[in-house]
Amino acid sequence: MRHVLSVLVENEPGVLSRVAGLFSGRGFNIESLNVAPTLEEGVSLMTISTSGEEQIIEQIVKQLRKLVTVIKVVDFIDVSAVEREMVMVKVQADDARRAEVLRIADIFRCKVVDVSLNDLTLEATGDHGKIQAILSLLARFGIKEIARTGTVAMRRSMQPENA
Amino acid sequence: MELNGARILLECLKREGVDVLFGYPGGAVIDIYDELPRHDIRHILVRHEQAAVHAADGFARASGKVGVCLVTSGPGATNTVTGIATAYADSIPLVVLTGQVPTPLIGNDAFQEVDIVGITRPCTKHNYLVKDVRDLARVLRQAFYLARSGRPGPVLVDLPKDVMQARTEFIWPEDVKMRSYNPTYRPNLNQLRRAVEALIEARRPLFFAGGGVVMSDASEELGWLARTLSIPVTSTLMGLGAFPGDDPLWLGMIGMHGTYAGNKAVNNADCIVAVGARFDDRVTGRLSAFASGARIIHIDIDPTSIRKNVQVDIPVVGDCRKALAGIREIATTRLAEKDWATAHEPWLTQVSTWRTEQPLTYVQNGTIKPQQVVETIFSITRGDAIVTTEVGQNQMWTAQFFTFRKPRTLLTSGGLGTMGYGFPAAIGAQFAFPDKLVIDMAGDGSIQMNIQELATAVCNKLPIKIVILNNGYLGMVRQWQELFYQRNYCSTCMEAQPDFVKLAEAYGAEGYRITEAGELESTLRAAFASPHTAVIDVRVEREENVYPMVPAGAALDEMLLV
Repeated sequence: MRHVLSVLVENEPGVLSRVAGLFSGRGFNIESLNVAPTLEEGVSLMTISTSGEEQIIEQIVKQLRKLVTVIKVVDFIDVSAVEREMVMVKVQADDARRAEVLRIADIFRCKVVDVSLNDLTLEATGDHGKIQAILSLLARFGIKEIARTGTVAMRRSMQPENA
Repeated sequence: MELNGARILLECLKREGVDVLFGYPGGAVIDIYDELPRHDIRHILVRHEQAAVHAADGFARASGKVGVCLVTSGPGATNTVTGIATAYADSIPLVVLTGQVPTPLIGNDAFQEVDIVGITRPCTKHNYLVKDVRDLARVLRQAFYLARSGRPGPVLVDLPKDVMQARTEFIWPEDVKMRSYNPTYRPNLNQLRRAVEALIEARRPLFFAGGGVVMSDASEELGWLARTLSIPVTSTLMGLGAFPGDDPLWLGMIGMHGTYAGNKAVNNADCIVAVGARFDDRVTGRLSAFASGARIIHIDIDPTSIRKNVQVDIPVVGDCRKALAGIREIATTRLAEKDWATAHEPWLTQVSTWRTEQPLTYVQNGTIKPQQVVETIFSITRGDAIVTTEVGQNQMWTAQFFTFRKPRTLLTSGGLGTMGYGFPAAIGAQFAFPDKLVIDMAGDGSIQMNIQELATAVCNKLPIKIVILNNGYLGMVRQWQELFYQRNYCSTCMEAQPDFVKLAEAYGAEGYRITEAGELESTLRAAFASPHTAVIDVRVEREENVYPMVPAGAALDEMLLV
């Protein structure tokens, strides 16, 4: 089961290495990891996408909380959240296929960010599933290169009940 | 007033209550050593940095205070790693101070430079590199706070040479504020109520004490609960001494070399209260068979210990003493709901049958049996001693045949299993308790891993007794080779051995040798009565094995017996 964890940390030297070392030392998976500063000075937010059985995830969350530089850990499986990643993908698109590639790009609301005679570079954002879907649809044209961010996520604001 | 870093460091140590420091000087820490004589802190010069950490660790285990050591950069720092990992595995509060090259040189592969913060990240509770002298006092305050609070552990502080020379206003931070660190001491009341409920329903309950009971001084609460509710008690190796070993409710240690009664009880209990234990693989045997019929109540201050290896029915996160006191309080109001003694009587009869059926034993044959040495030492001292061990057979025989009655009287490397731990730990313990008899139960293999500390012991006139159970083998590995590897004694026979008596004398200590069973007691008595450091080389039966033994991967009650 895939889990997205939001980990608020003190932005001290070595904090990334503490988190990464925890995962490698205990044999946990990291699928993607994203770190960036927050509005509060000295505090960074890590978004870690990982997978494992329930007991493993429980250990990961507890072990993260045990790190002295970790302020807060939220497992987004427990809360309603918005999740996004971004990918740039360079697809083979000669004259014969260009229209088809553009049609798929359009359906997924991708942007064309670069173009040449033989290929197109598309930028797509979406949740993990959508990005997977785009990539698998584009695969048959021939993907030359991809650059992909990790997942970032945010808790949804409270919705009015029965809305 | 502006002080330099070295002075600030020592002012902080004094304010943290440190009066003894184990260390070894070097280029990066000369400034600290230059300052040291002006302070009321005793520095004990060891002969190897590993021993400095073990000594600080032994001091901490015996006294309950934070142990402190000081070493130089590079090799001085790397030599502490085994000691740090030992303390980390057993949750021992230490502050390890390492020198570092001056900050402008960090990262340049300077002479005696090593990234000790990087190296020790996975085996410290936390660690720091102090880059600015203005952070020094705050970091040290946090280091001591982290080491001793919550689940204790070693904290390393790396001190660059220029930071020790730099000057700043010294302000002692009275409070420690860390928003990201808040250990849970007070257990959840509902969980405690559920625990009492489970005990009321239980017919075959069992207490299982770990090192956390010792660490949190919870022995009294444990004893009250066991006796008032008529519940037998077992423990891990680290929990020995938490409950008196001569109490009728005591079943002995469980695990790979646990007692028959203890191991049988665990796998037949219907309710287990595990207190401050983490269900190490040496304790559980095959996990799928472990305590399969029991509801498990698990009390631990570290949430990661709970449900890591064993599924738990009632988790209780909190300080062991507070949790047991809470259970006591609730149980006191509900004592009348069950006739505890009568309800548990069949169970107590059962466990005592197991105990008499298969007690810890060994076969006497005229040679000196290692178990007999331990028993003799217990009877000579009447148990009034601090006993440290090395690792292997010597450790297991000590755990089995010395009756530990009080917490903090057995100091042993339980989690990491560090050979060479016992002697330097004994040095630390002797500094904590100058008037107590301190004995290191050693093997002829282990003792050679830190034997250079004879110089430290003699130099400081420490009357430590090192009893070497000398069988000329790395006995525990040899035992495995005998039982599971067709007696292929590869590299376990210590063919060349020093003359331990002469070696002791060369260092200025006393040396004794015992080769006949008849002289065992008289020679031990003479050695223990001496005011000097003494090494007692006891030639024991060479191929004696530790039993009971649960083979790796077997269930706890599938024991090989004598």
